[in-house]
Amino acid sequence: MPISSASVGDDALVKVSGKPAVKFENVHMGFDEGEILDGVSFAVQERETLILLGETGTGKTLTLKLAAGLLRPTAGRVEVLGEEVSAMSERALLAFRRKIGFVFQEGALFDSMTVEENVAYRLRQDHVAESEIAPRVQEVLAFVELEHTMEQLPSELSGGMRRRVSIARALVSRPEIVLYDSPTAGLDPVTSQTIITLILRLRDVYGVTSLLATHRLQDGFALANFRFDAQAKSVKRVRQGQGEAAVTRFLVYKHVDGGEDGHDNGIYFEGSPDEVMNSKDPYVRRFLV
Amino acid sequence: MKVEPRVPIAVVLTEVFRTFVMGVQDYSLMSGRAMLNIFSRPHYFQDTLDQMDDIGVGSLPIVLLAGFFIGAVLVLQTAVQFVRFGQTALTGDAVAVALVRELGPTLTGLLVAGRCASGIASELGSMQVTEQVDAMRAMGTDPSRKLVTPRVVATLLMVPLLTALNDFVGLLGGCLAAMFSLRLGAVEFWTRAINALDFGDLMQGLTKPMVYGFILATVGCYKGLTVRGGTQGVGRATTQAVVVSSVMIIITDLFLTKLALYLSDKLV
Repeated sequence: MPISSASVGDDALVKVSGKPAVKFENVHMGFDEGEILDGVSFAVQERETLILLGETGTGKTLTLKLAAGLLRPTAGRVEVLGEEVSAMSERALLAFRRKIGFVFQEGALFDSMTVEENVAYRLRQDHVAESEIAPRVQEVLAFVELEHTMEQLPSELSGGMRRRVSIARALVSRPEIVLYDSPTAGLDPVTSQTIITLILRLRDVYGVTSLLATHRLQDGFALANFRFDAQAKSVKRVRQGQGEAAVTRFLVYKHVDGGEDGHDNGIYFEGSPDEVMNSKDPYVRRFLV
Repeated sequence: MKVEPRVPIAVVLTEVFRTFVMGVQDYSLMSGRAMLNIFSRPHYFQDTLDQMDDIGVGSLPIVLLAGFFIGAVLVLQTAVQFVRFGQTALTGDAVAVALVRELGPTLTGLLVAGRCASGIASELGSMQVTEQVDAMRAMGTDPSRKLVTPRVVATLLMVPLLTALNDFVGLLGGCLAAMFSLRLGAVEFWTRAINALDFGDLMQGLTKPMVYGFILATVGCYKGLTVRGGTQGVGRATTQAVVVSSVMIIITDLFLTKLALYLSDKLV
């Protein structure tokens, strides 16, 4: 059953309040090899889309895992939905993470469970009645157009289908924030477009705050320049700054050994899609090619 | 050509020692948490039953087969000595005590370690490298409760049961060997075997496998959950899980035997 436009208003989870949904304050994170995030600070407002753009190893995934409380920063403060996740106990975090959806790079589906069991996993953990689980699983699988794969194992699906199931799994508990870790990595252009359209629909139908890590600038621009029209059930081009466009911002990540160039490791550039497009910085322009 | 700077041997040894101590600390914390989880919610009964089936029922064929032949071999080897003194009737006593006190628990522990510690390490290791463990945490499930505790509980319950069956089948094998090669009567063999055992032997024989079960499950889980380096790392973790748990079982056996003998002296 596809999500109808009538349900959009009812299901929109986030009410715009002007306070940040995610806030990083001077966050440091490193491993034995050295510091990856060197005093990173940024804030994401509710319903905003933040694109984390950068090469491999620059700290994009790390940022998402810190936001989900899967990792703890070595210094600094991470606040999500008004709660300081960097100071919460693991037990408190387990409960808190139910408000967040996480789409992992390769999907991270449980390979011994069927698609239905994967998607319903969180609901069953929360002891939701089976009579309620079935329609909700059906609804989210219809949203990603994979309702026919319910009884299949993840190994029987293509890479793109696995990512779509992963999105359905993140969506099933109706999270307020969804974190996407390179959702189009390793996919062909057509499948990548399908995934981006799904992310657009999820953002514009459910009104979720999105943080998306990617090394493909076109993914970011697709989210900035298009919106999903629930009435017409189609994707429409919009212009940034217009009322109907979702607010999209870019964080460009860079890793510089020893912090040369006058830059610290982590966020190198922050700006709107237009600012990225018109940037004269050679590092940022590398992504425009 | 770039020359790598020489690192003093003391620095290398300190680093190795530090890594070892950190590993022991992490292992102890994980094992302690797995046990504490038993006393608080949520419990994963279905996962525990699945593991009991996999570890208990799954290991049954190899444990029974090995037990039968070890029992038979033990009779043949022991009888060679007893024949020289014309005391072949004592074979039942010797085999029963050796099997129940020592060979049954240790052999079962090693066999289950070979089969299950490797299975646990490779399963959890694969989940770790494909981010399934992180996905579990991201969905509000504690991997320690969902993955570690059910495996530890399953081995704590199943390894003693497997040992009991191993002991019985071992005596059965011994009995057949005694009947056919020593011309001993089955009644005589079983009567002597049962009379040779006291309560202390049974306690020793069933306490040891609980400890072995705990060791093989926790080592398997620890090696699996700390995998680094992709599929190659999973292979390494699997091998290490078997080697470490087997060696730990053999070392622990010495101390448990010493403790059991001390306690039986005190209590008698």
